[in-house]
Amino acid sequence: MTIASERLLVPARAARKRASLAVVLDRESVFSWLMMALPLAFLAALVGYPFCYGILLSLQDRPVAHTGTFVGLKNFITDAHDPVFWRVAINTFIYTGVATLLKMIGGLGLALAMNQHFRMKNLVRALLLLPFIVPTVLSTVAWLWMLDPAFSVVNRLMVALGWPKPGPSWLGDPTLAMVSIIIINTWRGLPFYGITLLAGLQTVPSELYEAASIDGAGGWERFRFITLPLLRPIILIVTLFSVIFTFADFQLIYVLTHGGPANATQLFATYAFDIAMGAGQLGLGASIALAMLPALALLIVALTIYLRRE
Amino acid sequence: MVSGEGRIPQALRVWLPVGFFLVLALFPFYWMAITSIKPNAELYNKNVMPLIVHAPTLKHYVDLLTKSSFLLWTWNTMLVAVVATAISLILGTMLAYPLARMRFAGSSLIAMTIAAIYLVPQPLLFIPLADVINHLHLGNTLTSVILTYPTMLVPFCAWLLLGYFKTVPKELEEAARIDGASRLQTMWTIFLPLCTPGFISAGIFAFTLSQNEFLYALIFLTKSSVRTVPVGVISELIRGDVFYWGQLMAGALLGSIPVAIIYSFFVEHYVAGLTAGSVKA
Repeated sequence: MTIASERLLVPARAARKRASLAVVLDRESVFSWLMMALPLAFLAALVGYPFCYGILLSLQDRPVAHTGTFVGLKNFITDAHDPVFWRVAINTFIYTGVATLLKMIGGLGLALAMNQHFRMKNLVRALLLLPFIVPTVLSTVAWLWMLDPAFSVVNRLMVALGWPKPGPSWLGDPTLAMVSIIIINTWRGLPFYGITLLAGLQTVPSELYEAASIDGAGGWERFRFITLPLLRPIILIVTLFSVIFTFADFQLIYVLTHGGPANATQLFATYAFDIAMGAGQLGLGASIALAMLPALALLIVALTIYLRRE
Repeated sequence: MVSGEGRIPQALRVWLPVGFFLVLALFPFYWMAITSIKPNAELYNKNVMPLIVHAPTLKHYVDLLTKSSFLLWTWNTMLVAVVATAISLILGTMLAYPLARMRFAGSSLIAMTIAAIYLVPQPLLFIPLADVINHLHLGNTLTSVILTYPTMLVPFCAWLLLGYFKTVPKELEEAARIDGASRLQTMWTIFLPLCTPGFISAGIFAFTLSQNEFLYALIFLTKSSVRTVPVGVISELIRGDVFYWGQLMAGALLGSIPVAIIYSFFVEHYVAGLTAGSVKA
């Protein structure tokens, strides 16, 4: 008997210990932090650390494959005296501003056109999203070929319609190169705008339009006083998204122009890449990338707060 | 909104603008496709009408698959995309579940940090990350991109899943808790199986984003044998001579097809995910 009860006692004690551990683990805060520990550590190591390290790099003279020396704000002073840097800043703002405006207007047009009843609507919507789905580099290569100096299909069509030969030099002329990258960025981003706004349009109750029609409102007035105000929050969010990712665009420019001709299409991301990877000046490159931070931080904080409030 | 117009004006009002957007969206892909099956004699002859193919050929595809490392790049891209997506879904769930269901100090701070990290674009981080990858001796390994893609995909998946998790009713979990299930059991056996649509949305997005990624792959992968499709196409198919467009367009088209197929199967999930962030259900 005694032996048997002793045998019973040991597992019981262990079970109680296990039970109390289970109770602790089941607390909301303990469970949550344990669950989040791994992903948070991952993000700290590969986002938080590189971010801080980037700031440190920007304060160093750091040629690739050499150890860095601390130089304070020298890199930023070099940037401020570099005419290309200011060209890059202006380019980036023009590119972001014009492309975003075009996407907003075109996206609204796309959403309104799609917000009608017609057959095969789901198929059309799927096809319209293709530019946004397909890897950017691959579709941009198609544009590179469409704007080829010798065999551009765009120019051949324009010449066929009466434009004087040989047609515009899309990527060779500084102004036209900027126009081209803006158009292609718009082409790629417009479906995202359009389909998101379409989803917003579909949540507008049709009673509102009916009531407005009874009150004698025309098409424009219904758009101006019902559609636009109800869409405003969605337009704001999509625009902030679009601005952030257009501002830091890299792929499209790298493939189409490499920032040329003569830095006419150089943006912060491509310029930082050229200085850091091409010229091997990691410190100076990091300072150019960080020059994006003030504008980006403002946008990111604004969008984060807005998303949070939703 | 239906007015008393005839059927033809009605059709015009739909198809004129929709047709315009369709032509705009699809022409580059049409051009990609017909370029890839035109013989060089046609491609580089300005006297041939360019919009149709007169003598189709598969030569560019044969060249692409036999003379370049395209198949290897495709394999690399798929491997990286699948592994990075899986990692991101797992880590994203581990962040999203507590944030969606538990009450604890600091939860809103964590949620905001994750949203902010999702919005940090790669060009802000690529220079220091390149140095980190070098120090870890991971240059020219697929591990380098498998590790770095989740830096953008984890916050993204977490954010999308957080929104989805909040729409799932709590009653089943509460019942399981009353029956004595631990939090982990409740999450694993009761909650997660209910969230398949959310995982599909997040998974498709993560997968397409991985296929699309270019900057990290360009910097970390400089050997042909480890390249992904976008980097391989840009770095190796664009050559000094002029007459490479057929092969290049064949590569661009084949590289787009995996994403397009997956997308066509799950287009509703994709649209749901696309609008989840900005449109309240």
